[in-house]
Amino acid sequence: MSDASLNTASTQQGDAEFGDYFALLKPRVMTLVVFTAFVGLLAAPVGVHPLVGFAAILFIAVGGGASGALNMWWDADIDRVMKRTRKRPIPAGKVSEDEAFAFGITLAGFAVVMLGLATNLLAAGLLAFTIFFYVVIYSMWLKRWTPQNIVIGGAAGAFPPMIGWAAATGTISIESILMFALIFMWTPPHFWALALFMRSDYDEAGVPMLTVTHGRRATRIHILVYTLLLAGLAIATAFTSVGGPIYLTVAIVLNAAFLIGALRIWRRDEGMAEDDNYAVEKKFFRLSLYYLFAHFVAIALEASLVPFGLGGW
Amino acid sequence: MSFRDQHDLHKRRFSRNLGLGLVLAAFVALVFGLTVVKVGVEGFAMKPQNEVQD
Repeated sequence: MSDASLNTASTQQGDAEFGDYFALLKPRVMTLVVFTAFVGLLAAPVGVHPLVGFAAILFIAVGGGASGALNMWWDADIDRVMKRTRKRPIPAGKVSEDEAFAFGITLAGFAVVMLGLATNLLAAGLLAFTIFFYVVIYSMWLKRWTPQNIVIGGAAGAFPPMIGWAAATGTISIESILMFALIFMWTPPHFWALALFMRSDYDEAGVPMLTVTHGRRATRIHILVYTLLLAGLAIATAFTSVGGPIYLTVAIVLNAAFLIGALRIWRRDEGMAEDDNYAVEKKFFRLSLYYLFAHFVAIALEASLVPFGLGGW
Repeated sequence: MSFRDQHDLHKRRFSRNLGLGLVLAAFVALVFGLTVVKVGVEGFAMKPQNEVQD
C-alpha cells in the first residue's frame, strides 16, 4: 500500500490550512461587499424571502472573494514586493499560484451559477461582469498600465449594491446606479490618500499610482476634485427613493467634513506633510472609511423605517 | 511505519478537511432551504394531472 500524500517533498511546503484559503478571498474587502450588497437588497422596493436574500448576499460575497483570489494569483509578483501584501497566502508560500487560480476560477463560476438559480439572470450577469472587470480589466490590464487604475478599477467594488438591488427587483434603476456611483467616486480619493502616505510601497512594486506618475501635487488636486464631485452626487442621492431626512443629514455633515479634509490636503505641500508624518492624509483616509459606511447605514435605516411610516420622504 | 497524527502537516490537513466538510454541509442545507422556499412561492404550481395527460 502506498500513500502518495505522505511524500514529504510535496507536502512540507505549501500545505495550506483552511484559513489560508479563506485569506485568499480577501475577507476585509468581502465585508464591504457583503455590507453594500445587503443595503442594495434592503433598499430595493421589492421584498424577497429572507433565505433568498441571505443566499443572494452569500453568493455575491463568494463571487467577490473569488475575484480577490484571482487578483492574488495574478498579482503574486507585486505582492511579494509590497510590505502591505507580503504576508498574503501566495507570497508567504502557503498556497501555490496554480492552486489559487483553480480555487478562484471554480468559486467564481459557482457563485455566478448559484446566484442565477437563487435570484435572477440579471443579478448573475452583473456578478459575472464584476468578476471579469476586477480580474481582467483592472488587475491584468489597467493596474500596471495607467495611473487612472484606481478610478476605473473602483467600478468593480461599486457593483455589489447594484447586484443586491438587481437580485431583489430584477432591474437596474436610477437608485442602484447612484449607489454604484457613490462607491465609484469615493474610491479614488480614498486610495490616493493612502498612496500619499504609502508611497514607497507602490514605487517599489512599479505600480503606476498617480503619486508616482504625476507627482504628489497633482494627486492632491485630484483628491479635491473627486471629493467635490462626490459631494454633489452623495447629496443628490438624498432626493431619490432610497434617500430621506436621515440620509440627507448624514450626507451634509460627512460631505462637509470630507471636503474640509480634501481642502487641507490640497493646501499642503510635501514638506508640511513630512513634518507631521502625513497626519492630515491619514485622518482623511480614516474618515473615508466612516464616510462610506455611514452613507450606506443611512440608506439602510431609511429603508428599515419605511414599514413604520418613518423612512424616506 | 506508523502514521503520527501529531505532525503539524496532519493538523493543517484536518483543519482543511473539517472546514470543507462544514462548508459542504452548509451548502446542502442552503440548497434544501432554497428549494423549499422556491417551491412554496405562489405561481410555482404543477399542472393538474388531467392537463398533463391532454
